[in-house]
Amino acid sequence: MTELAIAFTLNGERRALRVPAHRTLLHVLRDDCGAVEVKEGCGEGVCGTCTVLLDGEPVSSCLVLAPRVAGRDVVTLRGLCEGDALHPLQEAFVAHGAAQCGFCTPGMILTAYALLRERPHPTRADVRRAIAGNLCRCTGYTKIVDAILAAAGPGEPRDGA
Amino acid sequence: MAREATPATEPLRVVGRAIPRHDARDKVEARTLYAADWQMPGMLHGAVLRSAYPSARIRRLDVSRAAALPGVAAVLTARDVPRNVLWTDVPGQTSEVGPLRARLVLLADGVVRYQGEPVALVAAETPEVAQRAVEAIDVEYEPLPGVFDPAAALAPGAPRVHEEGNLLARWQIRCGDVERALERADVVIDTTYRCQMVDHAYLEPEAGVAWVDADGVLTIRASTQVIEHFRDVAEVLGVPHNRVRVIAPYVGGGFGGKEDVTVEVFLGLLAWRTRRPVRMVWSRQESLLARAKRHPFVLRYRTGAARDGTLVAQRIELLGDAGAYAYLSALVLLYATVTACGPYRVPNAEVQARVAYTNNPPTSAMRGFGAMQMVLGYESQMDQLARRLGLDPVEVRARNALHKGDRLPVGQQIETRVAVIEAARRAWAGLGPRVAPRTPHHRVGRGLACNIQPYGRIVWLHDWASAWVGIEMDGSVVVRAGVPDIGGGQASALCQIASEVLGVEPAQVAIHIADSALTPLAGTTTATRQLYMSGNAVLAAARELRARVLEVAARLLEAPPGRVELREGAAVAPDGRRVALAQVMKECARLGVPRSHLGVYHAPAGDPVDLARGGRVFPDYTFGAHAVEVEVDTETGAVAVLRHVACHDVGRAINPQSVEGQIQGGAAMGLGYGLLEEVVVEAGVNLTTSLGTYLVPTALDLPDVEPVILESGDGKGPFGARGIGEPPVGPPAAAVANAIEDATGVRITELPITPERVARALGLLESPAPGRA
Repeated sequence: MTELAIAFTLNGERRALRVPAHRTLLHVLRDDCGAVEVKEGCGEGVCGTCTVLLDGEPVSSCLVLAPRVAGRDVVTLRGLCEGDALHPLQEAFVAHGAAQCGFCTPGMILTAYALLRERPHPTRADVRRAIAGNLCRCTGYTKIVDAILAAAGPGEPRDGA
Repeated sequence: MAREATPATEPLRVVGRAIPRHDARDKVEARTLYAADWQMPGMLHGAVLRSAYPSARIRRLDVSRAAALPGVAAVLTARDVPRNVLWTDVPGQTSEVGPLRARLVLLADGVVRYQGEPVALVAAETPEVAQRAVEAIDVEYEPLPGVFDPAAALAPGAPRVHEEGNLLARWQIRCGDVERALERADVVIDTTYRCQMVDHAYLEPEAGVAWVDADGVLTIRASTQVIEHFRDVAEVLGVPHNRVRVIAPYVGGGFGGKEDVTVEVFLGLLAWRTRRPVRMVWSRQESLLARAKRHPFVLRYRTGAARDGTLVAQRIELLGDAGAYAYLSALVLLYATVTACGPYRVPNAEVQARVAYTNNPPTSAMRGFGAMQMVLGYESQMDQLARRLGLDPVEVRARNALHKGDRLPVGQQIETRVAVIEAARRAWAGLGPRVAPRTPHHRVGRGLACNIQPYGRIVWLHDWASAWVGIEMDGSVVVRAGVPDIGGGQASALCQIASEVLGVEPAQVAIHIADSALTPLAGTTTATRQLYMSGNAVLAAARELRARVLEVAARLLEAPPGRVELREGAAVAPDGRRVALAQVMKECARLGVPRSHLGVYHAPAGDPVDLARGGRVFPDYTFGAHAVEVEVDTETGAVAVLRHVACHDVGRAINPQSVEGQIQGGAAMGLGYGLLEEVVVEAGVNLTTSLGTYLVPTALDLPDVEPVILESGDGKGPFGARGIGEPPVGPPAAAVANAIEDATGVRITELPITPERVARALGLLESPAPGRA
C-alpha cells in the first residue's frame, strides 16, 4: 500500500501526516485528524453531508483523495466558530429551527457560507439552487432556506444566474 | 405560519412558545457526537457479509480463510449465535393464520430469503481488513426459485418463503351490510391503486459501538429509536436482560427505520465474543440494500355514495408485501385495516387485508406505518366522487367527516375533537388566488387530501412510559427519561413541560435521555407516542414534585398552601413575597421531603378484540388536511408542486417551531413518496442501492410548505397535545394525484407519479409500460 506524506491546513492549523494514497479526505479528517464534525452520509458524492471548504470552495470530502489536499486549506464547520461566538449562519439555524436531527447541518451551513460569500443577498431561488446538493430528510428545507436568508440579512436581492 | 389558538385552561408561560431546542446549539457547532463518531481504545471494526441472492440454499460456508487473515479478531456465522432468532408476538390476530409469533433469523442458517440478508459477521483491526475478511469468506449458493410479488406468493404452488406458507397475516373488518348498500348506492367508484416500496433514507446510516464494561455489562451505544432492544440482544446472547445496556445518542434521523434491530445485535455478538470494543457502520449502499423498508400495497376500493355525496359503503381489499421476514408487517397491516376508510363516517364497511411473504427486501415500520398508504385510496375515491357528483372537494369531505363520539368502522368511538372539516377549509383557503399556467401547454390544478393517523401504540400492548424529575440544591431542574431523540425535538419538549410546571426557565432544565441503564424506561420513539407518553410522564412527575415543593414553600412564606406559585426560580406568595427555589430545597432536605419524583403514565389499555366484531384499537387519532397546487407540463408529463398548505390539529403545540418542523418535514417526505421515490426491485434484486438512483427530494424538488397549526386543546397528551410525528406524511401523494386530475382530467392511480406515468395517462406515449409495472 503506497503511503504519502501530506501537509495541509485544517481550520487554520497545519497538519502533517502520512496517509495511504487511496484514502479520502473524509476519512483522513474523521479517522486521522479526529474531525468527526464532518459526517458521512453516502460515500459517493450525492448527499452533500460530508461537505468541507477546500481553498474556500465547498466539496464533497468523500470524493477527494487525501493526497490532493497537500498544501491546501481545509475548513470544516468548526472553522467557522470564533471562540464562543457563533457565526451568523449558525445563529440563524438555531433561531429558525433549521437543524432537526442535525446530521446534514455541518455540510449545509458550509454550503450556505460559500453561497453568501459569493452572493451576500441571494434570492430564495438562489438559496434553493445552492443547497440542492445537500440533502436533508427532516426539515423539507423551508426552515433551512429561511435561516440562510435571515443570516444574509436585509439587502437588495439579485436574480439568480 | 398560521395558528389558531383556543384558550388554555391554565395560563402557560413556556408551553406554546416557539423557543429554540436545547440541542440546537451543539448541532450547529457540530459538537453532537452521533453513533459513528464514538471511539474506544482498542476498538475493532465490524462488517457484515450479505447474501448475493434473493433466494438460495447455502451449500457451503467456510470462514477459515477469512479468520486466518492478519488483523481479524472474529468471524461469526449462524452456528456461533447462541439463539439465532428474534420473536415478535402479535396479539389479537383473529384470522385463519392464527395468533402470530413472527420470527426473524439474525444470520442466515442454511437458506437465504432476500438479497442482502446477513450471512456472517466479522470484527477486525481496521475497516479495510474487515472488508477483506468479508470478501474472503467462501460461500457456495444454490439458487432456489423465489417469489417476488405478494399476489403470486399467495397463488397455489408458489415457492414457500417460509415453511408455514406465504400468508403472513390477515385482518378483516365488517360493519353493516356492504353488499346491499353498494347495490342501493346512487354512485359506486371502483378503483385499484398501487403504492410502492420506499426507503427511510435518513442522512445518518445505521451505526454503533459496543463494549463490555468494567462491570461486565454489555454496553451498546447505537443509532436507534428503541433502547429497549437491550432485551433482544440479551435473548440472542442468552444472558440476563440486566446484563445488557443500550444507549442512544442523538440520532441522525429515524422515521421508523431504526425501530427494528439494525446493528445492535451484531455489535453485541462481536463485542461479547471478542471482549473488545467494536464499531459497526453500515454503508449507504447496505442500508439501501437490506434494511427493512415501507410496505408496497395494492388497494382496491369500491365506494358507494348517495346522490348528495353521503358515503353509504366502502369495500376495501388490501394486499401488502412483507418481503422475506415478518418484522412488524402484521401490525403495519392492522394500522392500514383500521384506518382504511379514512376520517369519514362509513355505515357499511368491509376491509379485507392481507400481507404476504416474498423474496423481496423485508418491509416494516416507516413513518405513517400502514395508515399513510391508505390515504391514496380513500382520498382519491373522495375526489372521484366529488367530480362524479359535481360537488366541491371540501364540501364532499365535510358531509362525511367523523365527529367526536362517532365510531370508526372497527367500532372504536372517537373520544376527542375531530377537526377534519376545519383543517380542510383552512388548507384549501390557504392556497390563495390561483396562478395562471406559464405556457399554453402547462395546466394548473389543485388537490386536497385529509387523513387520520393514530398516535400512541395499540391499546392491546398496554403501553407505558416513565420519567424522573428532580430539583437540584441550587434550584436547577433535572429530567431523566429513556427517550431516544431522533431529531423531532423529543427531549426538548420534555424540558419545556418541566420548565412550565416548575416555574424555571427552559435553560435551567437539564435532560438526560436514552440510556437503558440510567434513565427510566420510556418505551420507543415510534408510533407518534413520545410527546404523548413521555410528555404525560414528565407532566405527572413535575406536578407531583411541584405539589410537595409548594407545601414546604408555603410554610416558609407563611402563606396559604393553595395560593403559592412557582415562577422565575422561586416560590411566590400572593402578596409578592418570594423565596428562592434553592432555599426551598434546603428546607426540603431538612424536613426529609424528597426532591425528585418518578412519574409513570399508562396509556388506555385493552384486551385484543376480534376486529370483525369491533372494539378499541388505538388511544386516539390525529387529523389533518393538505392542499396543493400543481403545474403539469402536458408535453412531458412533469409535475411541479407550486404551493403546499399543510394543516393538522395538534391539540396543543408544546413547541410550535418543532410542530412546524414536523409538518414541513413530513409533507416533504410525503411529496418525495408521491413524486420521486421508489425502491426498484427486479426479481428480488434491488436496483436502487445508491442515493444516485434512490431519489430523495432536493431543495429544488420541493415547494415551501406552509404549516397551519390548529389547537383544539382536545388531545390525550400533555396540555391536550396530540402526536404530530407521523401524520403529515400521509396526505401529500393523494393531494398531488387529485390536483393532477383537476389540472388535466387524468387520474393517476400508481405511485410514484413520475413524468412517464403522467405522460402515459395523457396519451403521450404509445408503447406499453415496461414489464415491471
